[in-house]
Amino acid sequence: MTLESDLANVDSVEAKAEQLARDGGFDEDTSSQIAMVAREAVINAILHGNKKDLRKYVQCSFELNEESLKICIADEGTGLDPDSVPDPLAPENILRSSGRGIFLMRAIMDEVHFHQLDPGTEIEMIKHRVKKELSA
Amino acid sequence: MSMKLTTREVAGVTILDLSGKITLGEGGATLRDEVRKLVSEGKKKIVLNLGEVNYIDSSGLGELVSAYTAVKNAGGELKLLNLTSKVRDLLVITKLVTVFDVKDDEASAVSAFA
Repeated sequence: MTLESDLANVDSVEAKAEQLARDGGFDEDTSSQIAMVAREAVINAILHGNKKDLRKYVQCSFELNEESLKICIADEGTGLDPDSVPDPLAPENILRSSGRGIFLMRAIMDEVHFHQLDPGTEIEMIKHRVKKELSA
Repeated sequence: MSMKLTTREVAGVTILDLSGKITLGEGGATLRDEVRKLVSEGKKKIVLNLGEVNYIDSSGLGELVSAYTAVKNAGGELKLLNLTSKVRDLLVITKLVTVFDVKDDEASAVSAFA
């Protein structure tokens, strides 16, 4: 899925992620959270990665297999150092009005990896399916 | 569904009934504008009733924090009422549940103001 850097496109990614999560047997709340962090990743890619430059695109890919659901979102920006993002749980940051997107991705998904591209950043998010869900 | 917001007064407390989504571009600005207006009018006891809010993202959480700080900086108090499980989960994950005074029924929220 290739998207222009327009926030009007985030709903389609969110919907796709939620549908795949449900297909993967995740419960309603978990599916909603997976969809939400996919939306967060696309918003970050558009706003902070591509800086809403319509000449730049966001690449989204989804993979649902027996083990997990994997969502990858890539921008064409100047790169992101995830370690430089302030901890939103720190007392000095708790009342900040922004900066919780990556934290939520890490809290909700089982694995979050950042890959530096040339140019851009890809975020890879994985949620493992549990055995009960596999056998359902 | 976009966010809807209505405002009412109960025993000197301003209650904002919110429904729908509080996300980037959907509801966040509406909430921000309404809280700023109330603060400018001198309203210092404010409750956000989130009982019909079925979706919130990090931007929406940021709007709740902004509302809280705007009211607090004006010398007032802002409380949250009727959290849905989805909203409560995110407030717990982000530890914002330790910041907000959260109430489960309106009478308790209203009477909790000094």
